Amino acid sequence: MDRPRSIGASVKRVEDPAILKGGGRYVDDLALPGMLEVAFVRSSEAHARIRGIDTQAAAALEGVHAVWTYKELGGDKRMVQANPHPLLKQNITQYPLARDEVCYVGETIAMVIAENRYIAEDAAQLVQVDYEPLAAVIDLRMAAKADAPRAHLDSPDNLVARLGQKFGDAEGAFKNAAHVFRESYLQHRGGCHSMECRGVVASYEAFSDQLTLWSSTQSPYLIRGFLSQYLGREEQRIRVVAPDVGGGFGPKAAHYPEEVALALAALKIGRPLKWIEDRREHFVSTTQQRDQAWEVEVACDAQGKVLAIRARVLHDHGAYVPYGLLLALGSVNNFPGPYTIGAVDLAIDVIFTNTVPTTPIRGAGRPYANFILERSMDCVARNLKLDRAEVRRRNLVRKEQMPYSTGAKLPNGKPVMFDSGDYHGVLEMVLKNSRYENREARREEALKRGKRLGFGLSSYNEDTGIAPFEGASVRVFPSGKVVVTSGAGAQGQGVRTVLAQIAAEQLGVKPEDVLVEIGDTSLFPMGMSTVGSRTTVTAGSSVHLAAVEVRAKAIRLAAEALECAPVDLEIDAGAVRLKGVPDKHVTLADLARRLAGQVNVPSPAGFTPGLEATAYHAVERPVYANGANVAVVEVDAQTGDVEVLDYFVAHDCGTLVNPQLVEGQIVGGVAHGISNVLFERMVYDKESGQPQTTNYGEYLLITAPEMPQMHLAHMETPSPWNPLGVKGAGEGGTIPCLAAVVSAVEDAIGAKVNEYPLSPERIVELMTG
Amino acid sequence: MDRRTISLTVNGKRITRDVETRQHLGDFLRRELGLTGTHLGCEHGVCGACTILLDGEAVRSCLMLAVQADGRHVTTTEGLASADGALSPLQQAFWEEHGLQCGFCTPGMLTTLTAFLRENPNPTEDEVRDAISGNLCRCTGYANIVAAALSAARRMRGEA
Repeated sequence: MDRPRSIGASVKRVEDPAILKGGGRYVDDLALPGMLEVAFVRSSEAHARIRGIDTQAAAALEGVHAVWTYKELGGDKRMVQANPHPLLKQNITQYPLARDEVCYVGETIAMVIAENRYIAEDAAQLVQVDYEPLAAVIDLRMAAKADAPRAHLDSPDNLVARLGQKFGDAEGAFKNAAHVFRESYLQHRGGCHSMECRGVVASYEAFSDQLTLWSSTQSPYLIRGFLSQYLGREEQRIRVVAPDVGGGFGPKAAHYPEEVALALAALKIGRPLKWIEDRREHFVSTTQQRDQAWEVEVACDAQGKVLAIRARVLHDHGAYVPYGLLLALGSVNNFPGPYTIGAVDLAIDVIFTNTVPTTPIRGAGRPYANFILERSMDCVARNLKLDRAEVRRRNLVRKEQMPYSTGAKLPNGKPVMFDSGDYHGVLEMVLKNSRYENREARREEALKRGKRLGFGLSSYNEDTGIAPFEGASVRVFPSGKVVVTSGAGAQGQGVRTVLAQIAAEQLGVKPEDVLVEIGDTSLFPMGMSTVGSRTTVTAGSSVHLAAVEVRAKAIRLAAEALECAPVDLEIDAGAVRLKGVPDKHVTLADLARRLAGQVNVPSPAGFTPGLEATAYHAVERPVYANGANVAVVEVDAQTGDVEVLDYFVAHDCGTLVNPQLVEGQIVGGVAHGISNVLFERMVYDKESGQPQTTNYGEYLLITAPEMPQMHLAHMETPSPWNPLGVKGAGEGGTIPCLAAVVSAVEDAIGAKVNEYPLSPERIVELMTG
Repeated sequence: MDRRTISLTVNGKRITRDVETRQHLGDFLRRELGLTGTHLGCEHGVCGACTILLDGEAVRSCLMLAVQADGRHVTTTEGLASADGALSPLQQAFWEEHGLQCGFCTPGMLTTLTAFLRENPNPTEDEVRDAISGNLCRCTGYANIVAAALSAARRMRGEA
């Protein structure tokens, strides 16, 4: 019997009805009995020694329960390093509340606990911090100099780590190449700006000795582990819940001082505590992704085949290392992108500055890497007077080379390998859809209206579904309800819907009848983090494996009940049925009941208890999504205003579990990319270290009128390396977008553009030389 | 601490409360009435997530005080569906067109567009984009929100 498939259908999201009616459950929506609210006193100085803190006036305010510095809080250890790395030379994490030195404006110094937030904020203003100002270092290139002020008093220098990525004979290639081109690039992506700021509720319940932390986080399991280490409390006695999360985009994967401070304080004060970040705090305390300065050399042959790429990079790490080196590593590990470049030699210096720490934002370094690779392809085209698409054709990995080993190594020492994909195919697809060949006619038409039109190109691939695992359990309850639990979380991607579809596919039920429970460490034993376009690959594959096992178990038990061979059975509409005789069936509910157990009655022989299974899909190596983008922009030569008219995406993320959700990810990712290039810049005063863009009047995000017409096309090359053939889709919209838009602006104005963001003033400057 | 008693109608229900005069309307709805469907995204009037309908007009609940709503009619996102829980045409269109991801900006989008479509039942795509130009969304890239508004408008005109 054919039934509609769940996988591949644009199933409406199971998450939506509640949210649409105002019934979402975000952390700020939680109100526990007896709950108090917290406001933090944050550093007003970029770098200072704290001589003293006077909390007296604040503590005397009516409605204030406590005003604590690190001494009273008992947070005298630095926070746990989330991602240790052997090359991390200065592993400096924050204290939950600063001790004697503050290293950026916004660093937590003291916490006020009060009846409500209004009073807590009043009191926080009354706390007097006696600062001894120290020299601050804000500018990345300044900070990298030997005689620069130190971002930390006790540091020998500002070097957090020196990292690299090297394979092949770059030196030989540069010596013998027909052409060598040198360029400098400056990149800056700005802040997180999930519409929901961060927030934490902490509650200690003495009766069961249980500490519960609700946090707007991408990583509830990791936070549980870090709190366990910090507090010396068993993980079993800590529950971390990520309820509905109002956007994550990377920074919410990190571990923050407020999480530790609230946990410590809740244990101490014995009442539930809530802290909700306000938007100004978001600008000065949620991690960002700011400057990278690249000096790049490209070697190519006479035909534009790139032989080697060499770069020296400076990376602004901000004041602390909360999240290891993942952002810097992601910026160099993604070479050579989708290209067959035989030799790569990259060195990146990770530098402390007295600014908000940086950690990955959507793309996690890959947009930086992609920008350099794509600008380099355009650079080769410009210099050799070749078409930009043709240069890419000459350099992309060919379909028949798959699986393709790049020459680079994974962190475990195994070779980096691309699993599958037709990189030329998606390029031709996007060229055709965008009528790239016809661009001169469009350019002339625009000129008649006084506008300069440009086409920008960008190809990319992305390592998705990264190691190690997300597990899942699939369980049929005696009611017949199918329940999926997993360690994977969600921040709006529609993970519940996707996992429900995957389970439904095997169990012959509708996706809306599958209850998916995620984001709560009490529901499933282990989990990692919802980052890096990994959840459908990792958790999705695990749900699939578990559901296949449950299906087999159900059929095997039904075969006994119906006295027939398993091969004669199929599963549909909540029951196992005899093929061709659907009325002869046994329901999943009945099968679940038989396996649920009864006192003093042995379970059916050969069956483990419960109609359930748990699986952990083992990720040995990532799978590679890929695509090509074309941006079409118009520039007003007088004002420097850029309008992105059309944006074309050809994309391959393997099996499309839910096409509508994949497209939602891509369009949202493109919006993020355009916003990075044309609008967002986190500005600091270079002397004082004061942040100067701390509201949405000063810091711009893309709005609806600035969005181009989107034109999406999919290619579907299933990955051979997981059972569903899926590849990740969460970041593929953003990664190539920055380069595509900049390439289009360059094409429009006829002047080299080696940087972003691009303000109208800057575009006029570039045009007038 | 200055307090006053206010009476207002929220989602069709008459409410009288003693409030602190400095409390903004968004906090009043969320904290005093438990209507947490209204979200606070920036509290300086730019992001639009906290938009509610005040006597039918879309306004930012973070930019006015609860006491200023005395005697007025307020509709929040909880009040958009019909009494039996059926989604409004706009809510339904958001569901069908995948007009929300994380859902945090959604209440403000829904209230803003509810007011807009009442005034302009037959908008162009550009008019819809302008209508939500004061509402920020980091997830969707706006395209499906615009599509949902146009689809809802068609449905409300009886065309689909």
